Amino acid sequence: MTNTHTIKFSVYRYDPEKDQEPYMQAMSLELPKGSDMMLLDALEYLKAQDQSLTFRRSCREGVCGSDGLNINGKNGLACMTHVSELKQPIVVRPLPGFPVIRDLVVDMTQFYRQYEAIQPYLINDNKTETKEFLQSPKDREELDGVYECILCACCSSSCPSFWWNPEKFIGPAGLLWAYRFIADTRDTATEQRLANLEDPYSLFRCRGIMNCVQVCPKGLNPTRAIGKIRSKLLQRAV
Amino acid sequence: MNISHYEFDAIVIGAGGAGMRTSLQLANAGLNVALVSKVFPTRSHTVCAQGGITVALGNMHEDDWRWHMYDTVKGSDYIGDQDCIEYLCQNAPDAVYELERMGLPFSRIDNGKIYQRPFGGQSRNFGGEQAARTAAAADRTGHALLHTLYQQNVKAKANFFTEWYALDLVKAADGSVVGALVMCIETGEIAYMHSRATILATGGAGRIYQSTTNAFINTGDGIGMAMRAGFPVQDMEMWQFHPTGVAGAGVLITEGVRGEGGYLINKDGERFMERYAPHAKDLASRDVVARAMAVEIREGRHGMANGVPCVYLKLDHLGEEVISQRLPGIREIAKTFAHVDPVNAPVPVVPTCHYMMGGIPTNKHGQALNRVNGQDKIIPGLYAVGECACVSVHGANRLGGNSLTDLIVFGRGVGIHVENELKQNHLHFQAADDASMAQGLQRLNRWNTHKDGEDFMQIRDELRAVMQNDFGVFRTGQYMAEGLKKLEVLHERLKHASMKDFSQVFNTTRVEALEMDNLMAVARATALSAVTRTESRGAHSREDYPKRDDANWIKHTLYVDDDKIGQIDYREVNMQPLTVPAFQPKERVY
Ligand code: SF4
Ligand code: SF4
Ligand code: FES
Repeated sequence: MTNTHTIKFSVYRYDPEKDQEPYMQAMSLELPKGSDMMLLDALEYLKAQDQSLTFRRSCREGVCGSDGLNINGKNGLACMTHVSELKQPIVVRPLPGFPVIRDLVVDMTQFYRQYEAIQPYLINDNKTETKEFLQSPKDREELDGVYECILCACCSSSCPSFWWNPEKFIGPAGLLWAYRFIADTRDTATEQRLANLEDPYSLFRCRGIMNCVQVCPKGLNPTRAIGKIRSKLLQRAV
Repeated sequence: MNISHYEFDAIVIGAGGAGMRTSLQLANAGLNVALVSKVFPTRSHTVCAQGGITVALGNMHEDDWRWHMYDTVKGSDYIGDQDCIEYLCQNAPDAVYELERMGLPFSRIDNGKIYQRPFGGQSRNFGGEQAARTAAAADRTGHALLHTLYQQNVKAKANFFTEWYALDLVKAADGSVVGALVMCIETGEIAYMHSRATILATGGAGRIYQSTTNAFINTGDGIGMAMRAGFPVQDMEMWQFHPTGVAGAGVLITEGVRGEGGYLINKDGERFMERYAPHAKDLASRDVVARAMAVEIREGRHGMANGVPCVYLKLDHLGEEVISQRLPGIREIAKTFAHVDPVNAPVPVVPTCHYMMGGIPTNKHGQALNRVNGQDKIIPGLYAVGECACVSVHGANRLGGNSLTDLIVFGRGVGIHVENELKQNHLHFQAADDASMAQGLQRLNRWNTHKDGEDFMQIRDELRAVMQNDFGVFRTGQYMAEGLKKLEVLHERLKHASMKDFSQVFNTTRVEALEMDNLMAVARATALSAVTRTESRGAHSREDYPKRDDANWIKHTLYVDDDKIGQIDYREVNMQPLTVPAFQPKERVY
């Protein structure tokens, strides 16, 4: 009997400077028996073994959105995923649907562009207020489950509609943000925001498959937000 | 080496709360400003702030910015600069209202105003009853603030240089700062950013410790850059240990938990803070609470979690409703990192490195200061703001909720100052000095070409162990002296160390190696400053000098780097606020 156990990984590797093709690399860690760690900690240890292993990380507590990865086939944050809960070998891939820059690092330009497209900032035509805009606790509650998005892209990267139309479909994260401003009683541009979403693609490409809801590491529900915008758009049409 | 060249009115290095508040001011003024950040802006560490922004809005009870000022001066253990603390507290309400109007989703009270919660070290009427002064967006205030500022920068069309890493400052022959050398992480492109104003907003350096609430990215880059440029850093011995980091994981649990009525217990279930701070109890200042916890642990009244001795934060009595409304993020963190649902069971916590009170000395406009012949001298072209700056509003101990206030008040203040200076043509493009440029490139070049040295990651582990063991909550001269020696050995070893990845594409190992130079610089500055200050004040608590020594130590420590061992100097503390009489040092009881 040894006091350690081995954790096996299969990690997506690709360095455009030297690899023709991406490949999966077997890697492993020895851990003391009974110990657990987050997948991000495990990646840090693997990087200490092989410094060429490349991934993003910052907060290691699930609030910065840096380390969205495809883990055993499901998108999630490495820093919030316990190694002990994963079937081995743990298969770690970059987020699907984005161009890979290197190893687990993807190019998220398209994702950010769709976020910017929804005008992600409060618009309020009252320029004279010098204190705060008032908002009742009940109105503020509308933002709960919406404003907490960390832009990790786990949702959009699991959304088939976003894979097929990344340039035209805003995607779940961007639409969640669109709703965040539509739902804010302080925002005075609701009409303009809705008008920007009424074409057949921006929002209506959502097929309600709910992949986004299943993977959101913050427990947010983009589908519900999309549904709410949809009904506002339909109301507006009649 | 191929170096591209960019030109901007101003460059801001770091896209956390301070950097983005500064760049917003400049971009809105129509200036050409670049925002350089090694991570996408909303991945910056401000996102981790939980509890709120301390500001005398008076939404929960009558309030006065002077009361906030009194608490902050007292919290600083009287080495905060009072002109700057006055500026902070007086300007905070406007700065916070502005953020609200930018869209920050604050929690609300019934009349529709911003919700404010009690935090440690807060009083009404100059030391009276507990105040509720910390404006909050549930327990995700930092996230709400950082996203709001990012959104506004998107709107203002700031020039983002996202995932660009700042290497070093570039100086002119006369010593003024004329820009910075930066590197694109994705492509390895090296660029010289020439600017009329360079603003460091690079945040903290908590990663010099093994156990820290700080993100991986908090490596003191701006501090290292300033020190390599020959500029002093101030009060680097002053590190805040937050009372409630999750035992073993280090992740922060906001002081807002205690503000909402949670409290600490030892293994016997005793609410021990009643013994240490009979009046304020669990809402005493952070240094006081962290020390009390360390004593409980040392005297054996502790439990164990994740293999470390700990005490517990009890909040189940608040009830599920308050917890899910006011502290939802905490519940998530406790479940994930401590395997505990705080609705039923207390959370294991230990004091954990959290905040660097020291930094680059500045005046209240954020202008970085040099010290020449015992006099402050403004460094033309260089500003610092946020955690990497030492204005100093936090002195020897920062009050909870004051760091976000610091970011936005001084972020705005620096922006306004730079804007005026640029408009009045006080800041010019100046030619870079070749030697200064070469110095920065040479450091990069060494890492890029040196192949067979010792692994820098090994040295990094050892550095963190030294800081953790010899420069923690309690310090003694003997251990610190030994720690300092160990650091000098590590410093020598680092000169010959190397990395093992030489790719030009998204080479994060190279970034970590370059960060390592900054961690080393910060650690050495901390160590020598701590050894030098022979008293206990605020977060700097020495067992061999347990008393505060006002006769000798109401002054700032300055450290100037040197290859052998740094030089220590001092600066007077400002005791001259403009509109109120100075608060004189008193014994600090809570
Ligand atoms: S519900 Fe809509 S947005 Fe979500 S994954 Fe499905 S198609 Fe995409
Ligand atoms: S909605 Fe959830 S999954 Fe999508 S980006 Fe935001 S936090 Fe990530
Ligand atoms: S590292 Fe920040 S979310 Fe995982």
